[in-house]
Amino acid sequence: MIRIENLSKSFTLHNQDGAVIPVMVGAHLTVAPGECVGLIGQSGAGKSTLMRMVWGNYLTAGGSIHIGMLDVARAAPRDIIALRRDTLGYVSQFLRVVPRVPTLNVVAEPLLALGTPAPKARARAADLLQRLNIPERLWTLSPTTFSGGEQQRVNIARGFAHDYPALLVDEPTASLDAANREVVLELILEAKARGAAILGIFHDEGARSRVCDRVVDVTGFTPKAAA
Amino acid sequence: MSLVEKIGTTDTPLLKVAGLSKHYGARIGCADVNFDLYPGEVLGIVGESGSGKSTLLSCLAGHQRPDTGQIAYDGRDILAMSESERRRLGRTDWAYVHQNPRDGLRMGVSAGGNVGERLMAVGARHYGDIRGKATDWLGRVEITTDRIDDRPSSFSGGMQQRLQIARNLVTGPRLVFMDEPTGGLDVSVQARLLDLLRGLVRDLGLSVVIVTHDLAVVRLLAHRLMVMQGGRVIEQGLTDQVLDDPQHAYSQLLVSSVLQV
Amino acid sequence: MKDDSTAEAYNFAYLDEQTKRMIRRAILKGLAVPGYQVPFASREMPMPYGWGTGGVQVTAACLVPEDRLKVIDQGADDTTNAVSIRKFFSRTAGVATTERTQDATLIQTRHRIPETPLHVGQILVYQVPIPEPLRFLEPRETETRKMHELEEYGLMHVKLYEDIARHGQIATSYDYPVMVEGRYVMDPSPIPKFDNPKLSGSPAIQLFGAGREQRIYALPPFTKVVSLDFDDHPFQPSKAAHDCDLCGAARSYLDEVITDDQGGRMFVCSDTDFCAGRREMGHKGRLWAPETEGAA
Repeated sequence: MIRIENLSKSFTLHNQDGAVIPVMVGAHLTVAPGECVGLIGQSGAGKSTLMRMVWGNYLTAGGSIHIGMLDVARAAPRDIIALRRDTLGYVSQFLRVVPRVPTLNVVAEPLLALGTPAPKARARAADLLQRLNIPERLWTLSPTTFSGGEQQRVNIARGFAHDYPALLVDEPTASLDAANREVVLELILEAKARGAAILGIFHDEGARSRVCDRVVDVTGFTPKAAA
Repeated sequence: MSLVEKIGTTDTPLLKVAGLSKHYGARIGCADVNFDLYPGEVLGIVGESGSGKSTLLSCLAGHQRPDTGQIAYDGRDILAMSESERRRLGRTDWAYVHQNPRDGLRMGVSAGGNVGERLMAVGARHYGDIRGKATDWLGRVEITTDRIDDRPSSFSGGMQQRLQIARNLVTGPRLVFMDEPTGGLDVSVQARLLDLLRGLVRDLGLSVVIVTHDLAVVRLLAHRLMVMQGGRVIEQGLTDQVLDDPQHAYSQLLVSSVLQV
Repeated sequence: MKDDSTAEAYNFAYLDEQTKRMIRRAILKGLAVPGYQVPFASREMPMPYGWGTGGVQVTAACLVPEDRLKVIDQGADDTTNAVSIRKFFSRTAGVATTERTQDATLIQTRHRIPETPLHVGQILVYQVPIPEPLRFLEPRETETRKMHELEEYGLMHVKLYEDIARHGQIATSYDYPVMVEGRYVMDPSPIPKFDNPKLSGSPAIQLFGAGREQRIYALPPFTKVVSLDFDDHPFQPSKAAHDCDLCGAARSYLDEVITDDQGGRMFVCSDTDFCAGRREMGHKGRLWAPETEGAA
């Protein structure tokens, strides 16, 4: 489902006299449906960079990223927008929301964007929020005033609202207590069970060992290591 | 037609721009602009003052005539159209939201009259129906209906801007041009307006071309982004990609200049 | 009444022949495109703007020595302006003048259409202050010209909408906008809306002159003129719900006259000739008595 081949990335910092910083070279990775692959490597090794390239948030310097049939590295923005809407999900580390939108609507939005009738979308959102222990009295409030942990859980709920065939998760259990961590891991396992291909970053070894079928060390793709 | 159907199945761009240029004597207004816009897409155009973004917008909206290039809307050649047809398009299929709501409203006419004008301009002749639609739209832009007979001169800036939006959207346009729609509004008012715009874009499947210098606005509202400098498009792509992984020197400068709150 | 004493000092009807040609060209254009405002080079007249210079120039261009001229102001032949203008043409053109509508060949009017139906061969000249019906909503001349050119008249209905929103009904009682032959929206001059129906299908030639604004427009005989309205608020040519107290006319436009300081009032026909004619034929109003003749 996710197939990365010979992927490389460098940054050109024009405002530092055009310094070129290569950060990744020759990355290879596949994730089959129903599989969860964990990215490991020390801080700064390129885990998030790789994720962002798969998401289409970062451009690539070479190589290909296939999500199903679409090569994200070469796709037109339109196609990536469509991909993100129905095929590829992303649970990022930080919640970024439009102010004023109630939590329930934030979580329901991916379904609404797909044309799901509002009541059904909201019911699914309510379901997820309940599982993630966000009290109902908060559902009509904007998550911008919530605590870090609460925001993260809203983020996760939104990421799992739609059954994406491919999913990217970046530190989903960070800043969560044991009970909520358990819920998130369950959600990931359920997604795996229904055939989703998951690529994730988990600093928590315990979480990693629970859900990941294998790990890939991105240090292997760092230019220094290649040289 | 739902948004999904609109985005998913249409392969023809709603707006197709090729080689668009406008010069003021020897000075470049905008040069060699190319892009496609599909139904339901929001395209942001950012750049500093003098970047050419306002010139580009006014050429697209038919307020100025470009020197070279082509603009096709729904397959129709805009530049070959008669003025009458273009003006009619501007009253029905297109909408233009001005930066200063006073430029886009009739200050001496009531809120209801402002919203009803486009309907009357395309032949609506039943007072009750017109008033009903105006009431409906005021509700959608969160203006209480008891203000329907008040003049916009008695409204706050944010309210005037929302009234301008209602006035423009009442005839169900498919393409909306916006020129700094949140400029001059305070932050909380901006937030409300952006939220409203997002909702309308999604519910009505609007295509939007929005010109702004505010990167936070484009991040919230736009799917795709074009960065302009010196009249030229120096970078374009997905909004989050251009903002998080800018390639061009100027884009990098622009992004890094944003104040973090 | 003819006055030849200073006739040699002026060209016929005051204006020079070239000016009259220019105005006639504008008039012909106006007749060819009913309701369309034709710009013309308005001349300095021996009266200030706002006193009927447009109407006077149109009349001057149309007059021939055989004409019989009637001049009314708000329906009356004997008010200051009507008298002045009549004297003006008497002096400069030497034409015969009359107060009887049916005897006149050319009628210059300010703000009323005579009650007596006009016939073929008559010319009615209106004095117009602001020829542009859209002016008060759209101050830019460039925009209003475009609107007429492209038939963009939505704004006109906005004006009526505002009336209904504010007053519960279309409150415009004079200067009521009309659509001419389904093409141009026209300002009929500040005649009461009661007179609007008379604009349509008239056997006379109707000419409109605005001196300060420098526009002439026209309605050839038997032109279709429709007053603008809404489907659920149709046009009503309303007048005061009274009969004329002098002649008893039930269907003529009335002036309200305050008779004392106790709130006493009477209603009389605004069209003095029409009222006099009815009284001559023996019609009597509520307050008519032979001694009161001339007191109203």
